[in-house]
Amino acid sequence: MSAHSEASHGTMGQLMIGFALAAILSIIPFALVMMETDIAPSTLVAIIMGLGAVQIVVHLVYFLHLKSSTEEGWTLAATVLAVVIVAIVLAGSLWVMHNMNVNMMPMSEGNMITDPEATPGASMSGNHEGHN
Amino acid sequence: MATEAHVQAPETWSPIFGRLTLDWIPYHEPILVGTFSAIVLGGIAAVLLMTYFKLWGPLWRDWITSVDHKKIGIMYMVLGFIMFIRGFADALMMRAQQAMAAGGAEGYLPPHHYDQVFTAHGVIMIFFVAMAFITGIMNFVMPTQIGARDVAFPFLNNFSFWMTVAGALLVNISLFIGEFARVGWLAFPPLSGSAFSSGPGVDYYLWALQIAGVGTTLSGVNLLATIFKMRAKGMKLFDMPVFTWTTLCTNVLIVAAFPVLTATLTMLTLDRYLDFHFFTNDLGGNAMMYVNLIWIWGHPEVYILILPIFGVFSEIVSTFSGKPLFGYKTMVWATACIMVLSFVVWLHHFFTMGSGANVNTFFGITTMIIAVPTGVKVFNWLFTMYKGRVRFEVPMLWTTGFIVTFAIGGMTGVLLAVPPVDFQLHNTLFLIAHFHNVIIGGVVFGVYAAVTFWWPKAFGFKLDDKWGRRTFWFWCVGFYFAFMPLYALGLMGVTRRLQSYMDQAWQIYFIIAAFGAVLIACGIACGFINFAVSILRRKELAVGNDPWNARTLDWATQSPPANYNFPQDIVVTGRDAFWKMKQDGFKWSTNYTDIHMPNNTATGVIVAAMALVFGFAMIWYIWWLAAISFIGMIATVIAHTFNYNQDHWIPASKVAETEAKGEVA
Repeated sequence: MSAHSEASHGTMGQLMIGFALAAILSIIPFALVMMETDIAPSTLVAIIMGLGAVQIVVHLVYFLHLKSSTEEGWTLAATVLAVVIVAIVLAGSLWVMHNMNVNMMPMSEGNMITDPEATPGASMSGNHEGHN
Repeated sequence: MATEAHVQAPETWSPIFGRLTLDWIPYHEPILVGTFSAIVLGGIAAVLLMTYFKLWGPLWRDWITSVDHKKIGIMYMVLGFIMFIRGFADALMMRAQQAMAAGGAEGYLPPHHYDQVFTAHGVIMIFFVAMAFITGIMNFVMPTQIGARDVAFPFLNNFSFWMTVAGALLVNISLFIGEFARVGWLAFPPLSGSAFSSGPGVDYYLWALQIAGVGTTLSGVNLLATIFKMRAKGMKLFDMPVFTWTTLCTNVLIVAAFPVLTATLTMLTLDRYLDFHFFTNDLGGNAMMYVNLIWIWGHPEVYILILPIFGVFSEIVSTFSGKPLFGYKTMVWATACIMVLSFVVWLHHFFTMGSGANVNTFFGITTMIIAVPTGVKVFNWLFTMYKGRVRFEVPMLWTTGFIVTFAIGGMTGVLLAVPPVDFQLHNTLFLIAHFHNVIIGGVVFGVYAAVTFWWPKAFGFKLDDKWGRRTFWFWCVGFYFAFMPLYALGLMGVTRRLQSYMDQAWQIYFIIAAFGAVLIACGIACGFINFAVSILRRKELAVGNDPWNARTLDWATQSPPANYNFPQDIVVTGRDAFWKMKQDGFKWSTNYTDIHMPNNTATGVIVAAMALVFGFAMIWYIWWLAAISFIGMIATVIAHTFNYNQDHWIPASKVAETEAKGEVA
């Protein structure tokens, strides 16, 4: 209840700094794409993703006022936990799914797309996919 | 639950009723018509009795619209026990079917019906029994343990409860209108996709879980905020009772894991409703991703269920041993370790899906590591009892039953964590026996222990001792009869979810298991008889505010607690605060002040009722009704923000009056 004191909302100056940083971080990737530079697409994607990550940090610090002192450090602790969980979920899923893909029996192109109507289970329910 | 006749129900759609037609009402099913008639007759009897005794007003004012965390906790327990009857009826049906359907016999349940029964059993027992129970216990106990008057967001608490009820109602409606899913409790695609499950069954599953999930997630946020913001003055985190610590870790898990479930089910919903291809076999979908994601939620979920129960046993062991808990700090750190580790073991649920040796090894080892902090807890409980004056009251009986049974279940779990062993046992009855061993031996025993332990606090009288012991012995013996044969069957290679089987050598094991289920049924009956007998004899079973000579602040209140819990603010100076207060000869001062409390509100139950209608309309493609109920929900919530009449003061004179009454009792 006392959390919503003046200090936790930041000053106008801080908000403006955050706004400027957010704008710059948005303009750079936009410009890189619009100017059709010679950067390789994979590098371009990496740059855009990197700037996106920085953008997240800017939002957290300047707009959500994430400091080690906010709410006795609980805000920071909660954020760290969230980042750890998201990292585990993303990295873990990519690792697991990639590993399975590598270990999978090779598929021919013809097997890649299966028609649900042709499989035995579909005829049992006697209905069509999609309801709209 | 419909049988074959409904599979051929024509897929029609009308603007008014969507795809709901009379063919979806199972009026030619004797079992269902019988159940339905019994429920209707029982319902009419209840309505008449309620009207006769003029109980509608009190029910609405004191319970349904209540924001009191104790009443909401009790309502969660009532919900849990009601759904428990439904889930256990499913279990008995399965045991009877498998005891009969050997060597070419078909039993009495056709596959179409049997598949719905095992799906409903799993969904109900996890989401609407176990989750309801632990949320109820956390709600009732935790705020009083930290010296708070209510949770941080009382209205949200009421709303969370009713959303859980709405989800539970949807599952039960599927019994009489349409069908339930036939896909197992986690609804793996592609089977649960629209290509293979076109009826409303899986849609019932999705909307019931999504609506209840809103309640669970909000309740997690609420209880976390309560622990962080509403502790009594002077109570540091390491002064909190162990049950509060386990509640904290459980709710961190809820807040971290349930959004994964919500997102995964949303993707499946998009696949089914809008022809997306997240998990389909064609057009780039990958059903294995669903299995991966759902277990990222699913493994933390089992620790969400067991951690608060570890807390319950910690309180019971130290109370009935008359000693502070052995190794408080190791207990807290063990809980925290389990909380983190539970997020890095999920792949052990699908070792056989095709990962390589390095991935399987990693997850096998993390799974074995998680047994270490759990083992620390077991030794802490044992050392707490060591050289204590142990009183073998009923809660302590459940605790010893738990320690022995859970240790066995834990060891079979470590066995399953070895990937090559798992390749033999995956999806066999060995797995079924393992997780029932830990869930019944852990969660169910813990819930009975908690109910027996805190019942006198909630109602002012103890439960009957004799019936309590009968409940325990039927449950405990029944459990071993019901699940030890399944370990043996699993080792023989019998897979789960079999509607019938050819090998008659298996039948004797299934018959023994069915006998065990009957013993458990007796245990459940004894439990309910215990409630009834104790309520009838409440005068002679009446006890004071501290019947067990307990150690934590929840026992410093009256029994039952006044709605404001504590007449004055408490200052805490260390662990086992109430024990210290008793030794210092603490007495409440008679110098009372006004107490600030939240008002009851009907918004929660109204919004949840609209959510129920919305879910039903989405399941049956009744788009106009879905639109109206959805707009209604949003409008009601917005209207609620204009309700400024949200709190009241209890005058000091009223507090003095209430406290004086407590002293006499």
